[in-house]
Amino acid sequence: MSTQPLLKVEKVTVRFGGLTAVSQVSFDVHPGELLGLIGPNGAGKTTMLRAITGVVNATEGEVYLSGSPLVGLPIEKRIRQGLSLSQQLVRPLRNMSLLENVALAAGGQKTASPLRALGHVSNADELALGMQMLEKVGIADRAHQMPGTQPLGILKRLELARALALKPQLFLLDEPLAGLNSSEARALANTIADIHRSGMTVVLIEHNLSEVMRLCQRLIVLDNGKKIGDGVPREVMQDPVVQAAYLGGDTLATSHSNELTQEPHHA
Amino acid sequence: MDYEISLLTTIGISVMFALSLNLITGFCGQISLGHAAFLGVGAYTSAMLTKAGLPFLLTIPASMALAGLLGIIVGMASLRVRADFLAITTMGVVFLFIGLVRQQEWLGGEMGLSGFPDSGLGKTGFMLLTLLLAALTAAISLYIQKAWIGRVFNGIAEDEDTMRVLGIDVPSYKLAAFAIGTALAGAAGALYASHLKFIGPDSFSFVESITVLSMVVVGGIGSVVWVAIAAAVLSALPGWFQFIGDYKLLVYGGLLFVMMRFSPHGLAGMVKAMSRKQEGAQ
Repeated sequence: MSTQPLLKVEKVTVRFGGLTAVSQVSFDVHPGELLGLIGPNGAGKTTMLRAITGVVNATEGEVYLSGSPLVGLPIEKRIRQGLSLSQQLVRPLRNMSLLENVALAAGGQKTASPLRALGHVSNADELALGMQMLEKVGIADRAHQMPGTQPLGILKRLELARALALKPQLFLLDEPLAGLNSSEARALANTIADIHRSGMTVVLIEHNLSEVMRLCQRLIVLDNGKKIGDGVPREVMQDPVVQAAYLGGDTLATSHSNELTQEPHHA
Repeated sequence: MDYEISLLTTIGISVMFALSLNLITGFCGQISLGHAAFLGVGAYTSAMLTKAGLPFLLTIPASMALAGLLGIIVGMASLRVRADFLAITTMGVVFLFIGLVRQQEWLGGEMGLSGFPDSGLGKTGFMLLTLLLAALTAAISLYIQKAWIGRVFNGIAEDEDTMRVLGIDVPSYKLAAFAIGTALAGAAGALYASHLKFIGPDSFSFVESITVLSMVVVGGIGSVVWVAIAAAVLSALPGWFQFIGDYKLLVYGGLLFVMMRFSPHGLAGMVKAMSRKQEGAQ
């Protein structure tokens, strides 16, 4: 691929005191890609994601979005440069409807500074865009309900819609399928695939390996904070190093690769 | 008539003061136990400037500017600490204010300031000005609530971290809330000084901070109309019942406790719950 990577992670290390959570990890995300970031518990996936979004700062290394450096910027500046994060623990604002939640995210132009936000009242455009996003994730029929009464599956979709309303260049998803049963997870994975197909570049952190194998075009595998795999899912999962990392999980990985040989992929 | 005019003026000042705190604590969720300090800054600024010969009306913007500026500085504390620590930090502000003023001879020290020129508007004129400014403060509050800045404040009050992930520059918004709220408290302070014609360090004590907080809480944190009503009633009570004046801290502290325990959303929350119940019954 000769195009400039959309996201470039360069030798990023994150240390918490004496603990090195991420060590010298580098990878690129290319425009239009759906990249899976996987690894056993404690591998450093979430920390890696946090170093990209700015929740934690990289101790060493650089992160570039479309060529401009992100390290050192606060979260909100990185978001405004084109990142968007769907959090693992869904956190809707509970005192407003689903639609208002999404509309608030859609108002990025008007909320750039307090002064600008003071000068604007109407949110008609944002409500319209919010409605589109809710339709995209399939929960438009609940637009005017409050988040407090919604099941987790709906809230996960709300989280997606809200993150999409930021109109990101790069969409980061932190375990969107966690806590869902297998049919819910499959349905949500399909929605994520739809979002990707509509032209969005996606980085997906996920524990649900069968969905990861089904969705992703490329996988990055972390273990103990180090990158141990990078490539096409089938090949990566057959790598003995990766299989060993999923302690006792080599049977799991094998079963997935078997499943994969039978299953054709989307483009 | 004199009594009624004075009472209405007092009510107007209280409503303005309570609404100014409501902007910070109600809209943006930043608890402040030191709001009386900004009333004090406004009052002392206006008193000193009228003494220096400036017409009263011109001292109001000056009071707002100085109170707002100090508000931004105090607001900076809110960028670093979480809610419970912010309460303690802002509590410190009021003690700092009193401690400083007591030591300053040029501010009248322990004895306070009196004998500064009055507004020149007459009692009725001054009352009308106060009520006008109180109404204006309510109108500004209602506008902010409807505008995008109000939507963002509301989000910050509930969950700062999520607002950051939505690309909101949370620190600027918090400082904006402090700036607007404390500037309006400064304007209320200018009116306060001119109305009472005497100010001293104890006029702006911790008790006053708790009093105004209890007005906001009793009304219903964030509700403009109910906070204004609660401020009007609670500021009139000490005039009607001697013992409330005598046991101010007990009464307002008690109210604060009872409301927090039984109706954390104040009168506004109670009314909402009641109308919902009625709807349910129909």
